[in-house]
Amino acid sequence: MRAPQSRTEDDTTSASDLLVVRGLVAGYGAAPVLQAIDLTVPAGTIAAVVGANGAGKTTLLRALSGMIRPVAGQVLLAGEDLRGTPVEQLVRRGMAHVPEGRGVISELTVDENLRLGGLWRRDRADAGRALDEVYELFEPLARRRRHLGHQLSGGERQMLALGRALVGRPRLLLLDEPSLGLAPRVVARTMALLRQLRDQTGLTVLLVEQNVRSALAIADQGVVMSLGRVVTAAPAATLRDDVELRHAYLGF
Amino acid sequence: MDRFVFLTIDGLSRGAVYAAFALALVLIWRAARVVNFAQGAMAVAAAYVAYTVSAETGSYWLGFVVAIVAGLLLGALVDRAVMRFVDHTSPLNPVIVALGLVLLIQAVLGMVYGSEFRPAEAPFSRSALSVGGVAVLSPYDLFVFAAIGVVVSGLAWMFARTPVGLRMRAAAFAPEVSRLLGVNVGGMLTLGWALASGVGALAAMLVIPTELGLHPHAMDLVFVSAFTAAVVGGLDSPPGAVVGGLVVGLLLSYVSGYAGSDLTPLAVLVLLLAVLLVRPGGLFAPVAARRV
Repeated sequence: MRAPQSRTEDDTTSASDLLVVRGLVAGYGAAPVLQAIDLTVPAGTIAAVVGANGAGKTTLLRALSGMIRPVAGQVLLAGEDLRGTPVEQLVRRGMAHVPEGRGVISELTVDENLRLGGLWRRDRADAGRALDEVYELFEPLARRRRHLGHQLSGGERQMLALGRALVGRPRLLLLDEPSLGLAPRVVARTMALLRQLRDQTGLTVLLVEQNVRSALAIADQGVVMSLGRVVTAAPAATLRDDVELRHAYLGF
Repeated sequence: MDRFVFLTIDGLSRGAVYAAFALALVLIWRAARVVNFAQGAMAVAAAYVAYTVSAETGSYWLGFVVAIVAGLLLGALVDRAVMRFVDHTSPLNPVIVALGLVLLIQAVLGMVYGSEFRPAEAPFSRSALSVGGVAVLSPYDLFVFAAIGVVVSGLAWMFARTPVGLRMRAAAFAPEVSRLLGVNVGGMLTLGWALASGVGALAAMLVIPTELGLHPHAMDLVFVSAFTAAVVGGLDSPPGAVVGGLVVGLLLSYVSGYAGSDLTPLAVLVLLLAVLLVRPGGLFAPVAARRV
């Protein structure tokens, strides 16, 4: 595993950087929420974006996956500019976005939700394998294949949304508030799973969290956002230990 | 008793057509949250295309196939060229645009074909076969049941079992999430419009020979009945639309047989009113899923 690095002022793109964001400006209507975001996530690492409510964390993920059109700036995924790429094409480029509230389609069954995650793939055999792997990874889902999405518990929905993203074998996983509304034990399990996926499959994760402690505990890089800007990006360990920064932006 | 059997069969035959037409309304409602008031006019337009083709070639079946294809294309066109540009924030906007389409399509048909009734041929005999002295079923009724049975079960299979059906359902329930999962939501919407309009065209082809003939307004009353059927079924439920269609068909058949055919339009409206008053969610309203 490579060492995490700080890259706030760094303008050069190395081949190992899976996601590079430069000067991203985006928002809803006239006033942009995001003001010139710079961000780099090396391949095979976990980056945690933390910050208070309204810092623009969710907006950042929505801008990255094209749900809102950036006003200015550049998003590079493995060196390819994503500008103008329709949302539904991003999953084909290797980006999976698990939205806030997790987006389980409650009218569809567990199995249908999961299969939907792999429908776009041409390699049908591998899509089938990925589905089986997800059922192995999340045993409770295998027992509830025919249940509808709205019959699941919060933790099971979490598994389903995450599993559905994994069926597409993404290179980059965008996770919006995976801990929202979940019991601490479930949160800990999810975080441990992300770490396990990073180590075993080289998955790159950009997760947005209010639960700063658990996010920084597993992340390689911590990105602190405040009022639509990146205040600092540093190795997660440094952020955990920086008392002043924690007091100023993270509130603990 | 003979009369009752005859009216029942006749009601089910008409009801099958209403069921198909109601199903088309439900397909669009589920996909786009639009009640397509233009569906009757669109279906008549497809039937006129079939009329022209059949008149030119002398083949009923060629016209029949062309009508379905024309219906599919017209549905896709209405979505891509009209509905896509309508602001859906108020449900009234697409309704008014759809009503505008009705006027447009009927006016164009009137200009091209004139507004006299044109005879529409039935491919099979409409005189009922007798079983044990009781007139039961005409070959044409059998054709109607078979055609609609095939289409309804085909659609049910497609939605429940095929990848494209799964995509269409997902796109209808959760468009944003579906896009994130790589579903071309706009394409699914167009496909939904096309399928619904194709089913509408089939229904028009089946029902017009049983009425006065081809006319720009030929489907107006059928639309009212089918809309009632869809509301009876809950507007959101495909099985509900099918059952609703059969219920409306039977009701109209009994009313016209026992009370006089003048009363049928009134009976439809009374049923519509009763359902909206007593059970506005329809008889098949699903338990509302809690959004979390």
